[in-house]
Amino acid sequence: MPINYIFPQFEILRDETRCIKCRVCENQCANQVHRYDNDYRIMIADESKCVNCHRCVALCPTKALRIIKNPHSFRENGNWTADIITDIYKQASSAGVLLSSMGNPMNYPVYWDNMLINASQVTNPSIDPLREPMETRTYLGQKKHTIKRDHKGNIVPNLGPQLELSTPIMFSAMSYGSLSYNAHESLARASKSLGILYNTGEGGLHEDFYQYGSNTIVQVASGRFGVHIDYLNTGAAVEIKMGQGAKPGIGGHLPGAKITEDVSKTRMIPVGTDAISPAPHHDIYSIEDLNQLVMSLKHATDFKKPVIVKIAAVHNVAAIASGIARSGADIIAIDGFRGGTGAAPVRIRDNVGIPIELALASVDTRLRNEGIRDSVSLVVGGSIRCSSDVVKAIALGADAVYIATAALLALGCHLCRTCYSGKCNWGIATQREDLVKRLNPEVGYQRLVNLITAWTHEIKEMMGGMGINSIEALKGNRFMLRGIGLNQKELDILGIRHAGE
Amino acid sequence: MMKIKVNEKWCLGCHLCEYYCAFANSGIEDMVKALKDMSLRPKLRIEQNEKISFAVSCRHCEDPICVKSCITGALSIKDNVVCIDKNRCVGCYTCVLVCPYGAVMPSDEGAVRKCELCIGNNDAKPACVQGCPNKAIELAEV
Repeated sequence: MPINYIFPQFEILRDETRCIKCRVCENQCANQVHRYDNDYRIMIADESKCVNCHRCVALCPTKALRIIKNPHSFRENGNWTADIITDIYKQASSAGVLLSSMGNPMNYPVYWDNMLINASQVTNPSIDPLREPMETRTYLGQKKHTIKRDHKGNIVPNLGPQLELSTPIMFSAMSYGSLSYNAHESLARASKSLGILYNTGEGGLHEDFYQYGSNTIVQVASGRFGVHIDYLNTGAAVEIKMGQGAKPGIGGHLPGAKITEDVSKTRMIPVGTDAISPAPHHDIYSIEDLNQLVMSLKHATDFKKPVIVKIAAVHNVAAIASGIARSGADIIAIDGFRGGTGAAPVRIRDNVGIPIELALASVDTRLRNEGIRDSVSLVVGGSIRCSSDVVKAIALGADAVYIATAALLALGCHLCRTCYSGKCNWGIATQREDLVKRLNPEVGYQRLVNLITAWTHEIKEMMGGMGINSIEALKGNRFMLRGIGLNQKELDILGIRHAGE
Repeated sequence: MMKIKVNEKWCLGCHLCEYYCAFANSGIEDMVKALKDMSLRPKLRIEQNEKISFAVSCRHCEDPICVKSCITGALSIKDNVVCIDKNRCVGCYTCVLVCPYGAVMPSDEGAVRKCELCIGNNDAKPACVQGCPNKAIELAEV
């Protein structure tokens, strides 16, 4: 045996007094961790393959399994942490770029957790959403500055295309190819049932899902996969993806193994070829270029669909957003550095981009100061984890939020961060037939509907507490937020006061 | 009439239904106690090859051959469910031979064993339906 520098990250604890040897753990693990030993008549595990996805734990009928962090340790060192040392060992043996999945896991400040929401007491009444109407309906799109009237004084409708959402939450872009067919069906059906929208991501739209077109945002990314005229016209809106929060500045790479027959047809590329999205759009090097693509897409869709431009939250996000607002786009989507991904280089995921809270506040402030806030709607994503994050985002100035990691969690994802391996035990980020079937869309869609329904209830409760009865009245209402444990600079950027002020 | 509906499209071949079935019909409160180191006696079986798998249990036929063939009247239909009276079964296994689905099985308890939709097991739904992680077994009106 050669020297193995990397010890297993996890330890599998099997309570032998509970194990009934049903072998569910064995038949459910795509990483082949568990196996039955015929000689000893016990289940044994190869921990080095375990990714801690909990599939075995969740299905074990007698709760005989637990997975814990392997207590084996390197000599303690505040500078050379176990992660850093392990990464060096990995690269010294592979010479490769380190890959991981899902959003930035580093211990950076989460500003949502440093903001508190207001509530009414005595001087203004709170509202009980169970007894009184509470409006969460939201419209996204350009709003006009002026009202036009004809010679009789009647209003001439001049509003561009709008997206109607029953609640200010949408499912963010995740492509077919990175996600399974069943995961996409779950998202599409849930969106239709909820009256919200989901986003195809850059992988085109499977022909089976054209029926959900009115609840679909179709994406046009740098690889232009699956983009054709029917695709553009089927969606409720078209999104140009300029960047992604998890990996700002770089493109995407879907390995050939995931380009199955169906994915190939949808993406319009040969079976088994790697799907590479270039880092930039090769036809966009300026706001003027972006304007050309926006207008091309508007012409292609007969000016009936709003165009969204999605960017990653980076250092100059406010100036960039200001440019986008002038490019003819109807909606700007901003993705914070905690946004998820199917695969990203670890160093980029962990070190590039800025928190969505700060990006949102600075973009909203800048657009207001420039008098162009109404020219666009703002949608933010990049780790919206719960309903209070939604409320805080809207109070900071967002029109709606994008969620994706939370949606995947609802479908069973356990954030094991190995989507790139293609062996998702939960049937979400895989194209292997035996694994894809593990996600029954009948179950998946209901769980997504449940999640958004629950969040909407909570949003109404929080709005009611503030004495607010519509999302419109909460939008950009930063007086409803107070910072806690933040310094003056952070408060200034967020445009909120400190608690107690 | 409620019947068990199996959809092979969603069956993962995990065999959990067999274990939940055997547990539910064991009469023992603890699953570990009921199944650990015991030979499994489920009333349904997963049929499986490399590509496909699905659970097979009694179809509760409208005109069941097993009931017709039973020489002692141990098998009968009660409220659309084909039931077995263990006290009357003499273990001749005629029903085992005639069932076209292989859903009646010999057992080492003397009487044959077959699915009775968990009637009398105190659960609202059959254990296999509740235990299936992917809704491949459902109780549906037919």
